[in-house]
Amino acid sequence: MIDSVKQKAVVLILSMAVMAGCSSTATQPGQGSSEVAPTDQNGGAQVYSGNGAGGVSSSTSTEGQSAQQQQTKQQQEAALRQVRTFYFDFDTAEIKPEARDALMAHAAYLAANPSAKVQLQGYTDERGSKEYNLALGERRGNAVKQFLVLNGASADQISVISYGEENPADPGHNEAAWAKNRRVVLIYK
Amino acid sequence: MIAGLMMRIIRFLVVLCSFSLLAQSARAELLIHITKAASDAIPIAIVPFASPNGTGPNEDLTQIVRDDLDMSGNFKSLDPSRMLSLPSQGSQVYYRDWRLLGQRYLVIGQIQRGATDQNYHVQYELFDVTQQKQMLKSNLTTTANNLRSLAHVISDQVYKAITGVRGAFSTRLAFVTLDKEGGKSVYRLQVSDVDGQRAQVLLKSTQPILSPDWSPDAKKLAYVSFETGQPAIYIQDIATGKRQKLTDFQGLNSAPAWSPDGKDMLMTLSKDGNAEIYEMDLANRQLTRLTHHWAIDTEANWAPDGRQIVFTSDRSGGPQIYQMDLRTQDAKRLTFGGPYNASPRYSPDGKYIYYVHRDGGNFNIAKMNLSTGEQTILTHTDLDDSPSVAPNGRMLIYCTHQGTKSVLSVISVDGGSKYFLPAKFGDVREPAWSPFGS
Repeated sequence: MIDSVKQKAVVLILSMAVMAGCSSTATQPGQGSSEVAPTDQNGGAQVYSGNGAGGVSSSTSTEGQSAQQQQTKQQQEAALRQVRTFYFDFDTAEIKPEARDALMAHAAYLAANPSAKVQLQGYTDERGSKEYNLALGERRGNAVKQFLVLNGASADQISVISYGEENPADPGHNEAAWAKNRRVVLIYK
Repeated sequence: MIAGLMMRIIRFLVVLCSFSLLAQSARAELLIHITKAASDAIPIAIVPFASPNGTGPNEDLTQIVRDDLDMSGNFKSLDPSRMLSLPSQGSQVYYRDWRLLGQRYLVIGQIQRGATDQNYHVQYELFDVTQQKQMLKSNLTTTANNLRSLAHVISDQVYKAITGVRGAFSTRLAFVTLDKEGGKSVYRLQVSDVDGQRAQVLLKSTQPILSPDWSPDAKKLAYVSFETGQPAIYIQDIATGKRQKLTDFQGLNSAPAWSPDGKDMLMTLSKDGNAEIYEMDLANRQLTRLTHHWAIDTEANWAPDGRQIVFTSDRSGGPQIYQMDLRTQDAKRLTFGGPYNASPRYSPDGKYIYYVHRDGGNFNIAKMNLSTGEQTILTHTDLDDSPSVAPNGRMLIYCTHQGTKSVLSVISVDGGSKYFLPAKFGDVREPAWSPFGS
């Protein structure tokens, strides 16, 4: 309990520092909201390894890297970690290329902070079977969990819960609303 | 069948149901909008019951009977203002009057309060206007606060006498309403009469309540509640409100489905990695895993004979319906039309399944004849889901949208008639039609 409070305080202080640090460069996506649209990082060409080594960028710096470079990298990752909602196409649990950079940043953070814990909430749009959608929401949550684990997070840092069609982000009954509702939301505990 | 009922006097005591323990709520109310009658509906005149000594109730029992029969789609009742006479006993019936009005059947009766017991006593008769004969005479008694039940029993008896099919007007509906109150979602699990009246709240929660399923004796509901922050399957006794938590495994705890004998329950759990179907022996809570597949397997439904189940799986790439023989555990795919078929429910005779079918962009309810494989699309609304069949197999309830609201819709299984049950406020969803019970 106390650990998690401490953890939250540290995260808060760090993110405030980062926000202060990069306020002039305006690179922070989504105005710091936890429910933001996925940012297109044009990251389609970037290769992510499945063994948690090559593609992982975390606070453990390579030797020879300058302090400034390291700081810039940390700022970028902190900014990426503000992206907490990841979207999916209808009836799939495939992680979109544009979600990968932010998920990599979360994986790196979890790897560097073993006491940090996240809950992944899986959701679907309202169409079709409610029961099937509960399973589909879980599959989406599990897909994100697997991505985070492959990139350095530990499985026991991550819990998955599916709400299926419940608690839509947008209560509308049209494609624009459905696109916002097919999502996984990452919540630090 | 009809001859067997002729001249038979049925004594029927409508037992007072003890729902008084349950919370009443204005928000529990459902409205009813009948939008379409079947073109071949049978004309029937139900004359307002007389009260010879003036002790009849204020509530018009016969209007409840008219609404019931109209709702079924099989009947079209005559507006009392068009009646030429208002007979209340056989000697006052002039068949010619009713033939002139195009009526096939006639119901007349009397209601009065007992001098000593304060109960209401009804005597009514059903006549075949064409054949000019009495088909049914029945005496019924009920307590003052249970007149609606008595009206539904009359509807059941008249329906059976004319169609040969057991009426389902005395059965109940379970459903979940969802309201926004002070910016919060409030879910209420409720049960009501099939016309949406006498709704009672069984559970209220700010977290999702899903998948109500009736026990075969219609006395309990199984459902999924997220009230602890995690999904768990509960069983609740409707009369007493007593409940027990059945499962709260890590991951999914969903889609409870009672076996026809009430001894087992099918459910979807993902404790072993992904959504699989399990059978729980309710006596010892032992689980048997029925599916073994990396794909989603969920929302199983028991065939009435208890030997087979149908369920949804996306093992072929998208959701499709499969049937499994419980002895061999072999699963065979049933649906091939379209990319999306889900939520299968057997008809009470086991000859059909009803399910959600995606036709182009729309999600509708379809039925399949299991012996021919022929598929018929029954609904022409959109975003339809959660089909549930009445225990007499004649009506089907499902969830659809009207404007921005989620409403319940009831249709006859031949597609002939339709009525809507919107909530007075907010959304209503997850309908489950009760069995006849004991």
